[in-house]
Amino acid sequence: MFQAIDQIFVNLLRGFLGHLPEPIRPWAGLVISLGAILGTFGLLFGLTTVCERKAIARMQNRLGPNRVGPYGFLQFIADGIKSLTKEDIVPRSADKVVHFIAPLALLVPVVLTYLVLPFGRNMVVLDLDAGLLFYFAAGASTELAVFMAGWSSRNKYSLLGAMRAIAQMLSYELPFILSTIGVVMVTGSLSTVRIVEAQGPGDGWLAHWNVFTPWGFAAFFLFLIAAFAEANRSPFDLPEGESEIVAGYFLEYSGFKFALFFMAEYLGMFSSSALAVTLFLGGWTAPVSFLGFVPSWLWFFLKLGVLMALFIWVRGTTPRLRMDQLMDFAWKFMLPLALFLIPVVVLWDRVGRGWVGWVLCGPIVAAAYVWLGRALVGRRRIQLRTYRYASG
Amino acid sequence: MLGSGIIKGLAETGRNFVGSYFDPERMTTVEYPEQRLAPKENTRQFPFLVFDGEAALAGLRCVACQICEKECPPQCIYIEKSREKKPDHLGKPQFHPAIFDIDISVCMSCQICVEVCPFDAIKMDTEFELSTSDRFGGLLMHKDLLARPNSHFLKVHPTDAGVIDARRAEERARLEAKARLDSEAKAKEAPPAA
Repeated sequence: MFQAIDQIFVNLLRGFLGHLPEPIRPWAGLVISLGAILGTFGLLFGLTTVCERKAIARMQNRLGPNRVGPYGFLQFIADGIKSLTKEDIVPRSADKVVHFIAPLALLVPVVLTYLVLPFGRNMVVLDLDAGLLFYFAAGASTELAVFMAGWSSRNKYSLLGAMRAIAQMLSYELPFILSTIGVVMVTGSLSTVRIVEAQGPGDGWLAHWNVFTPWGFAAFFLFLIAAFAEANRSPFDLPEGESEIVAGYFLEYSGFKFALFFMAEYLGMFSSSALAVTLFLGGWTAPVSFLGFVPSWLWFFLKLGVLMALFIWVRGTTPRLRMDQLMDFAWKFMLPLALFLIPVVVLWDRVGRGWVGWVLCGPIVAAAYVWLGRALVGRRRIQLRTYRYASG
Repeated sequence: MLGSGIIKGLAETGRNFVGSYFDPERMTTVEYPEQRLAPKENTRQFPFLVFDGEAALAGLRCVACQICEKECPPQCIYIEKSREKKPDHLGKPQFHPAIFDIDISVCMSCQICVEVCPFDAIKMDTEFELSTSDRFGGLLMHKDLLARPNSHFLKVHPTDAGVIDARRAEERARLEAKARLDSEAKAKEAPPAA
């Protein structure tokens, strides 16, 4: 019974493929899986936009959308119809070909990253040996699309937004990738499936999630912060800062192309959250062994939902950073801390899990955090500003 | 320490989020078409013309003095005086407006017309749901649309209307008293003459 529910999607696909002729089976499997992923995450994208608007409204003591459908949850359909029927304007001086390709060039790599994410037991489209490498390679190519969009629009604000986006995404790419190195070292594999399996409960009752280690805890938050920056989410939404550069690199996009950018941003957010779940929160494994009866894919989407809630919560809380604060944070805090975690992982691996590891590694990580944090914010000298005319 | 600020911030928004579900005091939103705020007495939207009695156009207080037309900053009022005079509530012969138009698409609700009117004939209404499918003709209000009974004025601005009604009654009473005195005086003078 449990097996049936857990493997329902896998068996459905396998049963369907059985009816097809042998040579096209792998291709058909790929297409169907990709369609299922796009459908699921497309729906999740719509629901997330509504939930985000409602949650942020509640944080500001407003009501949020509540007119379309029950409690306003069909708002995204109305929004989708609206953006589909809007006029698609291409600026006269734009580079028309690049302007057209850019939204697709953004969406395709983001969708590609979903191929290596395990959504449940045996539920991964491609179990690559270097899955994590594939994820980062595909994910990093979105930066090109962002710059294509900003450059081809021939708009100063677009170009500024694109430049900000490139600077930010390149800077945060480093801690984004470096924070995952510890996981790879401990697991000894770049395959996302192996990484999830290594975090299962094993013999004990508590799962060996990477987040339950001193270095993993720190790396998880580093990864999450870098994921915020990679997704251009608040507080790292400088590339689209409305008050300064209108909408950033997708300023000159309207109608469906704008919707594609919007969708790519959310899909990117889902995929980096999913990777955070995979690497640190044990993927589809249950946190404690007696909860193992819950289907694996349900665990995965539950964890994804928690991370999405965190994304929304932070967006409702933080103001936008300044450019120098953004860069300082990436290069002076996150990068050194991510590098520092690598020897700590080695130490953890040598002394083994358990209280000895915690006693040795915990204080080291905490001290590094405090020290680097103090170096980042503590050196700020606040002087009394004097004015020649205004203070008279 | 680094990170303490964001935790404080997250706690604050979290408190708002949870509180908005349990504390109705926090939610100040009025969902307009279904829910409405109680009307406030000093609300003003667009002017209307007050009339006494039953017949709207016959009972208009306006005497077509055109002060409001001249004072109106965006010049949204257009008045044409009648040729003949007819008695007002004090029995004095007065002109009345043959045409009285207000273009409420131009009106800026400044209430200057109300301030300058010596006859309490033009007052501000509280009606604001005036949308129309014809934005030129539909927003040009003629005097038959502008006329509202005094009872409406009493309803929307009770204090103001009460003061004005009392004053008008007093004026009328004074006039009647004077007329009575005059007739009595005439009556006293009359016998010797007779």
